[in-house]
Amino acid sequence: MTKSVFVGALALACVSAGIAAAGTLDDVKARGKLNCGVATGVPGFAAPDANGEWQGFDVAVCRAVAAAVLDDPSAVEFVPTTGKTRFTALASGEIDMLARNTTWTFSRDVDLKFDFVGVNYYDGQGFMVPKELGVSSAKELDGATVCIQTGTTTELNLADFFRVNNMSYEPVPIETNAEAQQQYLAGACDVYTTDASGLAATRATFENVADHVILPEIISKEPLGPLVRHGDNEWGDLVSWTLNALVAAEELGVTSANVAELAAAAGNNPEINRLLGTEGTLGEMLGVPADWAVKAISVAGNYGEVFEKNIGETTPIGLARGLNAQWTSGGLLYSPPFR
Amino acid sequence: MVQINFVRSVMEEQQAPPAATTGFLGWIRQNLFSSPLNAILTLLSLGFVAWLLAHSLPWIISPTWRATSLNECREILMGEGGACWGVIRERWLQLMFGFYPSELYWRPILAFLLLLIAVAPILFTGVPRRVLVFSAVYPFLMPWLLWGGPIWGPVVAGLGFVIGFYAHQFLKPIAGGLAAILTGVLLAILWWLFLAGPTASALSSVLPLALQSVESRAFGGFMLSITIGVVAIALSLPIGIVLALGRQSNLLIVRSLAVGFIEFIRGVPLITLLFVASTLLNIFMPPGTNFDIVLRVIIMVTLFASAYMAEVVRGGLAALPKGQYEAADALGLDFWMANRLIIMPQALKISIPGIVSTFIGVFKDTTLVSIIGLLDPLGLSNAIRADQAWNGIVWELYGFIALLFFVFCFSMSRYSMYLERKLQTGHR
Repeated sequence: MTKSVFVGALALACVSAGIAAAGTLDDVKARGKLNCGVATGVPGFAAPDANGEWQGFDVAVCRAVAAAVLDDPSAVEFVPTTGKTRFTALASGEIDMLARNTTWTFSRDVDLKFDFVGVNYYDGQGFMVPKELGVSSAKELDGATVCIQTGTTTELNLADFFRVNNMSYEPVPIETNAEAQQQYLAGACDVYTTDASGLAATRATFENVADHVILPEIISKEPLGPLVRHGDNEWGDLVSWTLNALVAAEELGVTSANVAELAAAAGNNPEINRLLGTEGTLGEMLGVPADWAVKAISVAGNYGEVFEKNIGETTPIGLARGLNAQWTSGGLLYSPPFR
Repeated sequence: MVQINFVRSVMEEQQAPPAATTGFLGWIRQNLFSSPLNAILTLLSLGFVAWLLAHSLPWIISPTWRATSLNECREILMGEGGACWGVIRERWLQLMFGFYPSELYWRPILAFLLLLIAVAPILFTGVPRRVLVFSAVYPFLMPWLLWGGPIWGPVVAGLGFVIGFYAHQFLKPIAGGLAAILTGVLLAILWWLFLAGPTASALSSVLPLALQSVESRAFGGFMLSITIGVVAIALSLPIGIVLALGRQSNLLIVRSLAVGFIEFIRGVPLITLLFVASTLLNIFMPPGTNFDIVLRVIIMVTLFASAYMAEVVRGGLAALPKGQYEAADALGLDFWMANRLIIMPQALKISIPGIVSTFIGVFKDTTLVSIIGLLDPLGLSNAIRADQAWNGIVWELYGFIALLFFVFCFSMSRYSMYLERKLQTGHR
């Protein structure tokens, strides 16, 4: 009896949560602030600077959405979430969207009832080894000790990779990236494995960068992207198309430098005009002002500019575009048309 | 007849004690080299301390205070081992205050200084008793200073206690003790539930005295630890005492409630309670309710600390000879008077070491909030490392945090020893 009451209350709570969540866009407008879940600290993707301002590649997505909806890139309440709290924070409505390098997987999308609205970074799991080990391929790692963060998809990928290649390894379980760096440098493990972007950021901090190599094999697909609650399609569309606008802007050559000029009056390129709201009614369909994409692009520029500023080759992290180049340059970034 | 007295008529001059037993030398001989074994142990320890210093001092004394990134530190040090203190220079304010607006730093600082004044009359007998009035006001002043907003919120919250108290005083001679307490509590709750809100908004529309409000999300660093720690410590002692008394009570319901609460909370790890506070409560509460995350955490930590405190106090109660209870009964004191005048002063004195170690434990446990995404000093150390300029710095940050925690915990421990000496009535 008590159990059924409990379940009933739970169901009621869920239903009412679903009802309330149906209008996230209106909630955000009414609140005047976007609650955006970010990581508590991942180099290049989300970190507070010395003044307490959040910076990073994921943070830029939050700011672009806030600018598109509220016309103010600083109208964001950044909610730091850990790997353990991120999904409940989103499901419970504490945050409106989650941009916390979260891998798009089947079970997260289907079972956890979230909608991944796109991919802002195509990552993959790689290996880093000291050069003196003389290893040039991950296939030569038979019998190695491997530093691995527990409870992540990387742990499962590693097991799969070694099983498929019929090799053995000895895991050295660790909790955080900082601990992994220390363990790896102290020689507690031969290999450190995590997402390639994380490896690059870690390697860049070493005293002797050249003594460590990142092996060419990428053993998993890690499409990282922002996600929203399942079932609130207006809101999902908005986040999705804000991200697409940044990608399309790069493809169409709209940058933070020329966006104001291009948006001032309709030009020759109809797709740019539709994107920037000088032609058509795309903004109206989304439920935001016509110049929403202009606002989003003006924050920090198009996708390429955001990439270069936070994690690109000019930053200490120094990631190449690789898979994250536009489809026209051999990458995977491909925004559906703005029409 | 000549009388010979073998009695000294003049006192001999006092000789100075042997040089080896006085002064510095004597102290050394007595304390460090009193026997061959002790001498060996002293030399070994000195050698160990010297070894420790020789290895840590060159690392600690490092000219990297001005550096702005780990790479710059490395350039300054040029391959020599040394700490990179630039990170502390750049981030120490963040480690202290988290994301609190920098132009409002005076508020947490003032709250902390006022806290010292407020606890002074409770901790030390030499302070004028009148300051106790301020101690009573402080619990309402502190949230106002930290969170800001109109002053009338804390004022009407405090009024609830005043109403309850005066209702009790007024009714006690008329209706008796129990009825007076119940009415007082009921009136206070009614006030808080129905009248406090409208009164506060009415007052603030008449006289808008308000500080700029700061959201809990902006709390971080040591400010967060101290806020959670101080509130939990201050509330857990009275709640713990009530629970301990409840557990000893002869009333079945009171006793089972107290035992149930204590055993439940003690049987669950703090981290579980924190997860409940951060995630589960969110799902259960009606959508749209904005139940402050820091408040949720404070409540959970307080409940946790209270359960432990109850057992510590119960230890003190159990250590008291039964004769004390019987003597109190024989004097005709009622339950509250007996506890206030005879039992608690002795029981609490016995439990001081346990109480203070619970306090210290609670203060250190506040670092667990980093696991639910609150940026306490440990959480911030991770966030600071996520800045690529400081990625890879570990020891400096943890060392700084450890030093500050040590200062707080060591002062608490010293105070408890002072209190024990002061309250010492036995003969040793």
